[in-house]
Amino acid sequence: MQNNNNITEFNTETLVLVNRIISRYPQGRQKSAILPVLHIAQAEHKGWLSAEMMDYVASLLGIQSIEVYEVASFYSMFNLQPVGNCVIEVCQTGPCWLNGSEEILAHFEKRLGIKPGETTADGQFSLKTVECLAACGNAPVIQVGTEYHEKMTTQKADELLEKWQVENKCSHTNPYQ
Amino acid sequence: MAKQILLNNIDVLGLASFEIYRKLGGYAAVEKTLKNYTPDQVTEEVKKSGLKGRGGAGFPAGMKWSFLDKSTNNPRYFVCNFDESEPGTFKDRHIGQLNPHQLIEGMILGSYTLGARNSYIYIRGELFYVLRILEKAIDEAYRNGFLGENILGSGYSLDLSCHPGGGAYICGEETALIESLEGKRGNPRIKPPFPAIVGLYGCPTVVNNVETISNLPWIMNNGADAYSAIGIGNSKGTKLISACGHINKPGIYEIELGLPVEEFIYSEEYCGGIRNGNQLKAVVAGGSSVPILPAELILKTAKGEPRLMSYESLAEGGFETGTMLGSGGFIVMDETTCMVKNLLTFVRFYHHESCGQCSPCREGTGWMEKILQRIENGQGSMKDIDLLADIAKHIEGNTICPLGDAAAWPVASAIRHFRAEFEDHVKLQRCPLSK
Repeated sequence: MQNNNNITEFNTETLVLVNRIISRYPQGRQKSAILPVLHIAQAEHKGWLSAEMMDYVASLLGIQSIEVYEVASFYSMFNLQPVGNCVIEVCQTGPCWLNGSEEILAHFEKRLGIKPGETTADGQFSLKTVECLAACGNAPVIQVGTEYHEKMTTQKADELLEKWQVENKCSHTNPYQ
Repeated sequence: MAKQILLNNIDVLGLASFEIYRKLGGYAAVEKTLKNYTPDQVTEEVKKSGLKGRGGAGFPAGMKWSFLDKSTNNPRYFVCNFDESEPGTFKDRHIGQLNPHQLIEGMILGSYTLGARNSYIYIRGELFYVLRILEKAIDEAYRNGFLGENILGSGYSLDLSCHPGGGAYICGEETALIESLEGKRGNPRIKPPFPAIVGLYGCPTVVNNVETISNLPWIMNNGADAYSAIGIGNSKGTKLISACGHINKPGIYEIELGLPVEEFIYSEEYCGGIRNGNQLKAVVAGGSSVPILPAELILKTAKGEPRLMSYESLAEGGFETGTMLGSGGFIVMDETTCMVKNLLTFVRFYHHESCGQCSPCREGTGWMEKILQRIENGQGSMKDIDLLADIAKHIEGNTICPLGDAAAWPVASAIRHFRAEFEDHVKLQRCPLSK
């Protein structure tokens, strides 16, 4: 998987995966594959969906572009604007709030110097608030790509940030792998 | 601890692999059922077991199956609802991560019964790491002849796959889930027609929750009578309760329905009491949408009887003094918790998750969020409290799907039981509990 360029076409390996996914739905119902394919497309396109990328997905599925736009704009996991290399999503719903999610969010804000919805100037980190991640027993919880980090503390946040900085963490990886 | 059905092997290392699951008796229910039972007989067995839908609504599972339209030659679909998103609920993830084959075995049993050739597990998009575990387990089931063409020589064939959502709570509502599975926005459909008649691709469809489906292997192995011998009253079997909040031991517990709430909260076997020796203030017993109850009403009914973890006992007293078992998302709050702020996080959630089709929900949830923010910030008026209750009343029952009710009930119940705390915010012009 590449993440270096804003590619708007899948490589052969990804196309094999996409076609395997399409084959799971009955003949003529390939539109059903839109969500899984958009997840892959977003991961391959630096974590966000450009109009060109959505047009490409539409062409793969043999549907109109508008059918992709209206779906992509409905579901909160899809970003329609560029995001940082590593998107940190902090849950803020009841059970996480009861266990200190506000402190975790404030800590990330302070460390990164950004507010939710913003990206650091170097393009490395974006911060986002999200609603319930269904891991409430280990609250507070954050998500980065397809990883959950549970029982968060400010100390754990510091350790993760340090690690991610060192490894130049990218949260946009093919979710099927 | 009543770990007899869903979690009895959960601590076994490698349970997620076909080999270990099979060694522990896994897939025996498929062998037995495909050989000895007609689909109608399975439906009867599930009806007789008294198993209710474990996603939140508690509708009898066998009865839901019996509504399936078998009069057409259209394909039929069986879909697993793994869109677990109700705040406080995290039980299905536990099954999917640790015991995926139990769910797959249940999917085979349900699909066989309903006559489905293609079945899907719709899993919330955030849980891709669970989807990968499920896909691996599905591959193993194919390789071992439990999925695909002519399963165990029975003549029955089934293809099963996972479908990720995109981060929308509303897709846990079954008609929105079906729309989403068809590749559309998750806008709930007007019912009737119900999915059993017009579901996925316009065909007869049954959608069941992960936990409901995971009960099927045990029921077919041990029989409906054995299942219905567990539990109390019309609350048969066991239930997974995901407990969180201010308790010493948050986690997922399998309880026999009928366990006293007090024992569940305070015994070392379950939640282990309130953190830091604090006092219990309130509980949301079945996921964020069910009415919140103050300590005295969650431990005992208004009549003074001990409250039990069962559909009937939790509902005792109606919404005036009772609540619902719902999804089993059990959120515990201690004396330090501000009821206004807690409610604000719930309402913000519903505002964010409203699909926007129906004005009462789309506009009402945002309006309630603004008012709650105002009260929490100490800028609210006494009239705001009545206005909140009034908006909630006008959302309830006036939307296509139950998300409207889900957003209204927490508001109505918080004001009903904690009105004085709302008023204190207004009088003091600040949150009395914030430091």
